[in-house]
Amino acid sequence: MIEIRNLSLPLGDFSLKDINLTIGDGEYFVILGPTGAGKTVIVECIAGLQRFKRGEIWIGGKNVTGMAPEERGIGYVPQDYALFPFLNVVENIVFGLKEKRCPEKDMRETVGKLSELLGISHLLNRGVTNLSGGEKQRVALARALATSPRILLLDEPLSNLDISTSKYLRLELRRLHEVLGITTVHITHNLVEAEEMADRICILSGGKVEQVGALKDVFFSPRNDVVSDFVGKPNILHCETCNPLGHGLMEASCGGISVILPYEGNDAKKISIFPRYVFIYTGKPPGPELNRFKGIVKSIQPFYSLVRLEVEVGENLLLCEVRKERFEDMDIKIGQEVFLILKLTKLRVYH
Amino acid sequence: MIKEPTKGSEAWGMVPIVLFLVVWEIASRSQILSVHYFVPPPSAVVEEFYRLTIEGELGVNFLSSLSRVLIGFCAGSLAGLLTGIIMGWNEIAHRTLHPLFSLFYPIPALGWLPLLIIWCGISEVLPIALIFISSFFPILDNTITGIKTVPKNYIKVAETLGASRYKVLTTVILPLALPNIFTGLRLTTGMAWRVIIAAEMVAIPTGIGALLMRAQSLIRIDIIIVCLIILSIMCLAFERFFLFMERRLTGRWSQHV
Repeated sequence: MIEIRNLSLPLGDFSLKDINLTIGDGEYFVILGPTGAGKTVIVECIAGLQRFKRGEIWIGGKNVTGMAPEERGIGYVPQDYALFPFLNVVENIVFGLKEKRCPEKDMRETVGKLSELLGISHLLNRGVTNLSGGEKQRVALARALATSPRILLLDEPLSNLDISTSKYLRLELRRLHEVLGITTVHITHNLVEAEEMADRICILSGGKVEQVGALKDVFFSPRNDVVSDFVGKPNILHCETCNPLGHGLMEASCGGISVILPYEGNDAKKISIFPRYVFIYTGKPPGPELNRFKGIVKSIQPFYSLVRLEVEVGENLLLCEVRKERFEDMDIKIGQEVFLILKLTKLRVYH
Repeated sequence: MIKEPTKGSEAWGMVPIVLFLVVWEIASRSQILSVHYFVPPPSAVVEEFYRLTIEGELGVNFLSSLSRVLIGFCAGSLAGLLTGIIMGWNEIAHRTLHPLFSLFYPIPALGWLPLLIIWCGISEVLPIALIFISSFFPILDNTITGIKTVPKNYIKVAETLGASRYKVLTTVILPLALPNIFTGLRLTTGMAWRVIIAAEMVAIPTGIGALLMRAQSLIRIDIIIVCLIILSIMCLAFERFFLFMERRLTGRWSQHV
């Protein structure tokens, strides 16, 4: 278990403010936050790479605050992987084992096991500079795991990869976590990444922990506007009654409107949908009457290249986003009657 | 796309040199130039080179210059490297010594000559001290830059993998600082030859520079050209040696750091 107790750390204009976190044994814990939130600083504090005067770090029931990084039993993969370019793949993997004066036979065994687990056996004698992003990441993981750490710290491990490699490696990381059962702290600014990987997440903003919990708790019950904004300001509809329709569909009654969604069961408590998946029309849209609602525009606010509109539908106030050019074409005014469509496949259920 | 130089392109590079020598030879022998007396043909230069070599005059002077360059350069580089490592790695050492070295670094090597003549006298110590100074500062500066610009993530990873402070320095920082250190060595070695020739011309009675000055006083243009060619070849050879070593040791990865 990792415990961060009352950690405060001023760093120029930025500071970590009274951080308290508990990460369970074998947990996959994601720290999620925008750039500059202090995610890397927290990980560096856990690793012993940052000195601080206020607060304590406990690992496995032991206060490690004053301990050197190598005494903490951690494996660390930084954002750029930091593979030593003057060493080849196998030399990179055994770097930590050599420092620990591990016998040659044990080193060979560890390299064999890890390279097989991570699918890099064919790369062992190659230089690291010409590896692809995904290969580099796997080599960095092997190097971090070679010393059998108790904790794996991953600093934005997927941010330098293309979409498909990143998606594949998310699955790989999750598989690796299941195989090894190692406590993992993964930091990212990507909500999708957090959603696919985390057992629990921590939303960090401006050096402050805003909310900690299972993703669905954070998503459906954001503690404040900061969290809600960060998770994409989802519309949350509270379900009063649920009616299974068969064929994997359910009809939920939420604040005077009836929403059809793909869900088997009758225990839905809340439904959410991101504003970008709420489509707005000035005239009645063609097609079947499914998740289409009439509403009144209550507010209009520009938001970067978008316009955010709040539309009253039944007893709900739904937020939708529309591109500025399209908004200008539609010429919508406050108080105007409009039509909304909720994208069926993007509705999420909290039960 | 930039193409790698091939054997063919290297041979093509020789063409202008050969052409230049041919034109020079013809112009000089046909006395087209009104100053032909001051421009002996390349064949006469080769002849003089042969004579100086056989008589041992060139060898003695060359070895004098070479030994001074080697001793001064090696001592200056080593001192610059060690001081650079200490200053690059230890912030207190850097803060303490940097202002002092910043004050001395801009002084051109030959600017020290009058002072060194007074301090060392006209002796073997003088040119060696001069080359020591001309090598020390650029290598010190490049070593500090090399160490300070090592990306911090490499150091952090090495620390988490169990490397001690000393091991981080020797197994991570110094290898990563090598490209900068080699740049310093490469630039300094050519500088050492230029400085020694200038020093020998001004204050030392032996060496290629001194031979140059004697040739000038006797208006022996052919000997002057021999000396200049030797200077050019030595600068080039030393620079190429360090370029070769740099590519061998860091060429595979240096552009990826």
